[in-house]
Amino acid sequence: MLDQIKEFASGFFVTGDPLIYGADVAIAMTMIAVVSVLTYFKKWTWLWREWLTTVDHKRIGIMYVIASLLMLFRGGVDALLMRLQLAVPNNDFLTPEHYNAIFTTHGVIMILFMAMPLMFGLFNLVVPLQIGARDVAFPFLNSLSFWLFFFGAMLFNVSFVIGGSPDAGWLSYPPLSGKAFSPGVGQDFYIWGIQISGIGSLATGINFVVTILKMRAPGMKLFKMPMFTWSVLSSSLTILLAFPILTVTIALLFIDRYFGAHFFTLDGGGNPMMYINLIWMWGHPEVYIVVLPAFGIFSEIVATFSRKRLFGYASMVFALMSIAVFSFTTWAHHFFTMGSGADVNAFFAITTMAIAIPTGVKVFNWLFTMYRGRISFPTPMMWTMGFIPCFIVGGMTGVMLSVAPADFQFHNSYFLIAHFHQVLIGGVAFGYFAGLYYWWPKVFGFKLNEKIGKWAFWLWNIGFYVCFMPQYALGLMGMTRRMSTYGWDRGWWELNLTSTIGGFLMGIGFLFQVWQILHSIKFMEKDTTGDPWDARTLEWSIPSPAPHYNFATIPVVDSKDAWWEEKQRLVQGEAPKPKPPLEPIHMPKNSGIPFIMGFCWFVAGFGLVFDWLWMAIPGLLGVAGCMLAHSFNYNTDYYIPVDEIKATEAAARRSV
Amino acid sequence: MAQHSAHDSHGGHDQGAHGSLKSYLTGFVLSLVLTVIPLLVVLNDWLEGTPAMVVLLGSAVLQFVVQLLFFMHLREEGKPRYNLMTLLLGIFILVLIVGGSIWIMTYNQVAH
Ligand code: HEM
Ligand SMILES: [Cu+2]
Repeated sequence: MLDQIKEFASGFFVTGDPLIYGADVAIAMTMIAVVSVLTYFKKWTWLWREWLTTVDHKRIGIMYVIASLLMLFRGGVDALLMRLQLAVPNNDFLTPEHYNAIFTTHGVIMILFMAMPLMFGLFNLVVPLQIGARDVAFPFLNSLSFWLFFFGAMLFNVSFVIGGSPDAGWLSYPPLSGKAFSPGVGQDFYIWGIQISGIGSLATGINFVVTILKMRAPGMKLFKMPMFTWSVLSSSLTILLAFPILTVTIALLFIDRYFGAHFFTLDGGGNPMMYINLIWMWGHPEVYIVVLPAFGIFSEIVATFSRKRLFGYASMVFALMSIAVFSFTTWAHHFFTMGSGADVNAFFAITTMAIAIPTGVKVFNWLFTMYRGRISFPTPMMWTMGFIPCFIVGGMTGVMLSVAPADFQFHNSYFLIAHFHQVLIGGVAFGYFAGLYYWWPKVFGFKLNEKIGKWAFWLWNIGFYVCFMPQYALGLMGMTRRMSTYGWDRGWWELNLTSTIGGFLMGIGFLFQVWQILHSIKFMEKDTTGDPWDARTLEWSIPSPAPHYNFATIPVVDSKDAWWEEKQRLVQGEAPKPKPPLEPIHMPKNSGIPFIMGFCWFVAGFGLVFDWLWMAIPGLLGVAGCMLAHSFNYNTDYYIPVDEIKATEAAARRSV
Repeated sequence: MAQHSAHDSHGGHDQGAHGSLKSYLTGFVLSLVLTVIPLLVVLNDWLEGTPAMVVLLGSAVLQFVVQLLFFMHLREEGKPRYNLMTLLLGIFILVLIVGGSIWIMTYNQVAH
């Protein structure tokens, strides 16, 4: 019996690596710490009532942000481990197998569990406030989306200590990811982690399309919407059309692995190339899904800190929406070398180059917005200034990659790695950082410390160029991606060492950001204006943090930059618009079902990973039970009485 | 307010009741028929190769139309017709990716 348990445990837990034992201890200690703090301060019911069951978009947004910053930490540690391994030739810090696992988890976590949820966090924190709504269109679904993301991400992350991580690359191409070459459970963790969180992403896409189309304040015509809202609309539409492709592709991979089908194996008439074709049909739109909202963020920030209306509003909208559609026409540029012939390659090369045009338009719009503006440079604006040159260079190397014949040289080399990190870090990560700094006072009621923030900014920016510029050269010198070590005779070590130093500078930058947040929580003064940046859009017209019903009375909008225009009118001595009398506000009730359903998915996913039907079936039954329970629940809403609104508003104004 | 639109999320665009018992029954019968036809054709080996494919795809497309009209109430939408617009965009993307895949994979040297 004891021997059986021992044998099971040695297969079940990942063993034999001191790094992982260290992590095991760290995880166990963190869990014990969390549980005991919650118990000691008697916070369990608080946690459940105020957070786990909440359907308030603002709280869901905060949970998304916290989860994604934790994932940024894990993905960042992965990145630094890889850079450490590559710092010197013939290094044996990481074995090749371990290196494979780390670049795979790094890629998946950074894109699916860091960038996506940070983006959803910003959607949630900002969009309803920007359009003058009291919540998203489907608050219950919104909470369900979060918990599906959360439990999907947890399922993916436990593979690190239980069963073993996936190691076939972030897109898991077959045949390597098939049963024959990846017999372990790592690949199954990949499949179920992504499937479960993918359903959540799709639901969020639907939620925000409907919210933006249906819930805008009266008078806010589509062409009066703030630019961030436009960017969320275009990103959400792209999610709507792209995520089903991912779900189907991964489902086919699952069928191949689990039932021995042959969609992607050559024996039996399948074709692994079909997988590559399908996954990039999602993968390319995905990169635009994450970068479009960043463009929206920069647009808001540039206008606010230039004290000018955004230049070229209509062309910006046109650029965002056309990218949403045309991002679906370029996918084959990821496999020019697959051998589809000159016609196919020429077509996809041209579509790829064409999509650079709307992006260029945006850069000019931002520059013209700043032209003759009264510009100031607090941290959100600094990140925007860091972004523009970085993204231009990244975009131009992208156009180089799109030249199909040249791509035969660049493909899968460090040139590519440098390119996509330049757009992902310089575009997406910098964009979301800028957004976090900009909206932080709206969410929490105080600004982040500017001085520490500037340190973080410079460390990230200098670190970025030190890390990734050498990689362009390394790529041209023949260093391919995903290689775990190299010899002295290659002549690559100086550049690699430089690159590693840059990576660690960014790591220090991240630590500065953590310090900045902690320091600001303790020392920063409360913002009493609700509008600390003197900004332009509706979210700044209410107190910070926003009361849980957002707007006591729904604003009526008659122009772009509605809040700015209102302030201008006040300055000119006009009377403020008369407010309609307060009425009871209709609000959604909290619900525990999304959390429980997410947990049931986790149980089902875990069972499916290990092929334990005794666990998977109850999990799936639990999911079905949650759906039934919610269908028959009619007690989902309530009214906030006028007195309570008055009291809340008075309290907010008093501190205001 | 928020919960409102969550509650009658489909009441938002087409005021009034959804279809009638009759239209639901018609839709149900039609979709059953469209499911049974391909099943019979394939299980009994009535058709093979291209003709079988045509029947399968044909009934799938008709099934799609029936679902949209009788259960998704595409005709009853008030203006602006967002459902119709997103549907058209979806169909455009669908044609693009199916056509594109066939094109890419046909000329793919490995596939030969
Ligand atoms: C501190 C910043 C970062 C550093 C130092 C870093 C470093 C690395 C390294 C060393 C690799 C492996 C290259 C190889 O061996 O082929 C890699 C791969 C990758 N990174 Fe990063 N990275 C960083 C941030 C990011 C971010 C923010 C994202 C996405 C939002 C990202 C997405 C990816 C992806 C998708 C891969 C490919 C994984 C694969 O080959 O399957 N990285 N990164
Ligand atoms: Cu692409």
